Amino acid sequence: MPTLELSNPAALPADWRDFVALTKPRVMSLVVFSGLCGLLVAPVKLPLVLGFTAVLCIALAAGACGALNQWYEVEVDAKMRRTAKRPLPAGRMERQSALQFGVGLGAFSVLLMGLATNWFAAILLAVSILFYVIVYTVWLKPRTAQNIVIGGAAGAFPPLIGWVAATGHLATLPLLLFAIIFLWTPPHFWALSLFVRSDYAAAGIPMLPVVAGAQSTRRQIFLYSLPMAAAAVAPWPLNLAGPVYGICASVLSFVFLILAGRVAVNRATEPSAMDAEKHLFAYSVFYLFALFAVLVADRYLPW
Amino acid sequence: MVSPEDELIRKRQRDRARLTALLLAAFVILLFFITIAKTGMNW
Repeated sequence: MPTLELSNPAALPADWRDFVALTKPRVMSLVVFSGLCGLLVAPVKLPLVLGFTAVLCIALAAGACGALNQWYEVEVDAKMRRTAKRPLPAGRMERQSALQFGVGLGAFSVLLMGLATNWFAAILLAVSILFYVIVYTVWLKPRTAQNIVIGGAAGAFPPLIGWVAATGHLATLPLLLFAIIFLWTPPHFWALSLFVRSDYAAAGIPMLPVVAGAQSTRRQIFLYSLPMAAAAVAPWPLNLAGPVYGICASVLSFVFLILAGRVAVNRATEPSAMDAEKHLFAYSVFYLFALFAVLVADRYLPW
Repeated sequence: MVSPEDELIRKRQRDRARLTALLLAAFVILLFFITIAKTGMNW
């Protein structure tokens, strides 16, 4: 049997684990969870297998977004410590493979969503993928410091899609869930970008701390946290959720505002002194998980 | 004689082929249950 010459390392087929890494599984968990919550709080109950398929489609679409994002940003990822070990910048996968994988996964998720639930949910899923890839990754991210503000809409789609998969139409509650994630995204990402600022600056991405400075970013974090907290509590006075959700959302949002306030008054310039920003970033992830979990519990548990 | 690089290529190809087969089987089973659920829902 003749042996193959492997002078080009790219000739080695990518490991399947690298394809999994391309889907950004850690980011996917929050997307899947919020989509599942949108599905569970809907007044129409889908058969288990269709509900599972809807959440699977949301997960696959998120994976497609991750793959296409990494395909497009390979040069940028190579310049940042946080992303340099990803499969593409590390040279473990050909760029073309990532593109084919991302497009295939995205198309498959939209088709399966349409066949299993309804085509309105499938269209929303397609819009969310295109919004993330074209509007956020290609257009906004390399051009404006407001990339996260508008691009945050892409991450806010899952609860909306989950609800529409179950009901076939939109309503006030899923739009509020969309608003919560949309308004949560800037404080969440700006807190992160404050303590990895040098990475973004090296890669030439105009994140707010790079363009407007740390103090302006800290002020914006606090300002965005205010409407976010209002949107989080809103389902209670609007009678879309019960008092248990209202009280929990108020407490969770109050803590968020306290942490955002600590960030606003912090004057640190070195990442090692940015404990307030790190605490807000870690809490923001817990906040969204907890808020959505309480909303579902409020719907199902006999308080 | 198979070189270590050749062996690695074959191993990756085998792993990917196995995973693809598993995913295809899972997809067929999922389609079956989706069909059962949709016919039962009278949509």
